Amino acid sequence: MNRSIFLSLAFHSIMIVLTALSLPFMMKSPIDVPPILTIDLIQITDKTSIPFAAKASKILEKLKKEEEKRIVSQQAPPSEKKKEKPDRIALPDDLNKEKKKIVKKKQNPKEVKDEIRQASEFEKKELFDPSQIAALIDKSKEDNAETLKKNNKLTQNSVKNAFSNALTLSQEDALKAQIFGCWSLPLGLPYQKNLMVKIKLKLKPDGTVLRSEILDHARMNQPGQGFYKVLAESALRAIRICQPLRVPPTGYEKWKDLQLNFDANEMLKG
Amino acid sequence: MKKILLIIFYLFAFNNSLYAIVEVDITRGNLDPLPIAVSPLYIEPGSEDITQNGKIIKNIGEEIAKVIEKNFKRSGLFNPLKKESFVQNPDVAHIKPRFEDWRLIKAQALVTGKVTISEDKLRAEFRLWDVVAAKEMVALAFSTTPDNWRRVAHIISDKIYQRLTGEEGYFDTRIIYVSETGEKTQRVKKLAIMDQDGANIKYLTLGNELVLTPRFSPKNQLVTYLSYFKNLPRVYLLDIETGVQEVVGDFPGMTFAPRFSPNGEKIIMSFAKDGNSDIYTMNLKDRVVEKITDHTSIDTSPSYSPDGKYICFNSDRSGLQQIYVMRSDGSQVKRITFGKGLYGTPVWSPRGDLIAFTKVHKGKFFIGVMRPDGSGERLLTENFYQEAPSWSPNGRVLVFYRETKTDSDGKGFSTKLWSIDLTGYNERLIKTETDGSDPSWSSLLSK
Repeated sequence: MNRSIFLSLAFHSIMIVLTALSLPFMMKSPIDVPPILTIDLIQITDKTSIPFAAKASKILEKLKKEEEKRIVSQQAPPSEKKKEKPDRIALPDDLNKEKKKIVKKKQNPKEVKDEIRQASEFEKKELFDPSQIAALIDKSKEDNAETLKKNNKLTQNSVKNAFSNALTLSQEDALKAQIFGCWSLPLGLPYQKNLMVKIKLKLKPDGTVLRSEILDHARMNQPGQGFYKVLAESALRAIRICQPLRVPPTGYEKWKDLQLNFDANEMLKG
Repeated sequence: MKKILLIIFYLFAFNNSLYAIVEVDITRGNLDPLPIAVSPLYIEPGSEDITQNGKIIKNIGEEIAKVIEKNFKRSGLFNPLKKESFVQNPDVAHIKPRFEDWRLIKAQALVTGKVTISEDKLRAEFRLWDVVAAKEMVALAFSTTPDNWRRVAHIISDKIYQRLTGEEGYFDTRIIYVSETGEKTQRVKKLAIMDQDGANIKYLTLGNELVLTPRFSPKNQLVTYLSYFKNLPRVYLLDIETGVQEVVGDFPGMTFAPRFSPNGEKIIMSFAKDGNSDIYTMNLKDRVVEKITDHTSIDTSPSYSPDGKYICFNSDRSGLQQIYVMRSDGSQVKRITFGKGLYGTPVWSPRGDLIAFTKVHKGKFFIGVMRPDGSGERLLTENFYQEAPSWSPNGRVLVFYRETKTDSDGKGFSTKLWSIDLTGYNERLIKTETDGSDPSWSSLLSK
């Protein structure tokens, strides 16, 4: 009797552990774009009045007097919002209007587009992983081997896709063609850098985006990676412009989680 | 029993592959410039008009927007949309844009702003909006005297450029060059300076003496240039802010192209001593001259790498003029160009990733770039005669000068300033009052 209870307990424990390890939602999920931060303020000295060389001494004195000409930069005040009606007790009609609005939002699929998720500061901290940064730095060092590696990745992807049988080649091509047209590549990107942004999407059955996450988000905060934020934003913009995405009418369970790998290297290297 | 357990184990162990995420590689996109709407800056009611050079500028908000638009257009990275298509008024757009209206005209970014002028003070604020994501990206305000309005427009352009491209802008900068007038054989050459867009041209010398190769310091508003005094070459140092200039030294024989070190403490140049041209540096504090190369060949046009550790220069030590790189103490000299033709005027990019050069091949002149090890040579532009490339402070654009051929009557000769970006497609003439040559780009004024 005791033996059976013990065995039952042991097997149940194993089952729980295996389930926890294999369920996707138990995995650590990366996060989305951070809220946009305003850039540092600048100090501008008076360098506009270019004196004629021969009159240098007079102009020096003049410059001292013109101290107040300095340009001062400051943070612009927050955007003014239109004044709302003065506070008053809501009338029953108002309450009804509000209710109606809420109902409308739920029914209108277009309203759902704005649900592309912004990550909180708390989530960002969670994502920080030094080992991942090291991996990324190593990756950025790679030069010519990049193309070869990419080809390998493609093969792996196709194997993965074939295994899951989520998209046929023509379906994948249709999706690619749609996004090609929406993606405006930032033209100021540096050469010889790792210009790949991976974005994980959670899709609705009609192809609209429920949630988007940038997978290697930590790169944005690294020094010298300012271009990466620009690239990631351009990719997110492309997804927003394109949605609803051209997804197959069937097999939602297979493609509801989709990863788009935006790679600018190939285009820039031409 | 064992079999059942094994099946359960395999089911869970390989469960991940059942959840394998579908990956799609996006390797192509649209390479058109980013469509951006620059709404005229709204003028606060009660603001005064601006008077500049005797002219009254009535709508300063529109003028600032025009300067920003032109900057973007010239950069080749943005496509400013036509104002006629704008639906929303500037004042309302600045408070809360109706993004649907801006999406209709295919704008992906929107610039709005407000100007207030009172008591001889101009205050300009701007906001950059991501039209697709419907959110604000940057908001800043600047206050200054009203006659500085063009600089405010350039600074706003830089902030937007930086936010949208991830690299520093280059609009709040100036270009110093040699202004040329008169016949080809009797050119009057003056030092001139202007904003990078060709506005605000000012002449710094009278044209009595020949001036050559002005070069900006990468750190501040100092300029070094070469001038002939009683037929002897003299290197000068000119402070653009104060107008004070001083003689750095008289040098014997042929002297070429003095240029600053990255920290601005030294100048590097070449001059001929005992009939042989070598590269020398001069410490500006103690004026000590140090010989860097010692070779029987002609070594000229030295330029430091941005970290100051290396110098690129051209030399004919291999028999033909080629580009070499060495450590800043003159050791480890290495030839980096092996292509057909002659290579000269190497200039190291402020980003450090490229060296710009002039190449002469089959009677044609090319401006090109290559990596510091000599690989990845790309010729950006080709013409009858062009040379002297100089980098924008962000290392994305080159300014150089180009000569036109003289016709059979001896007419038609001119020298003009041109700019080209690293793609090689965005080549633009910089309009100047007179002919121009030997341009040099300043660092950012507002850095």
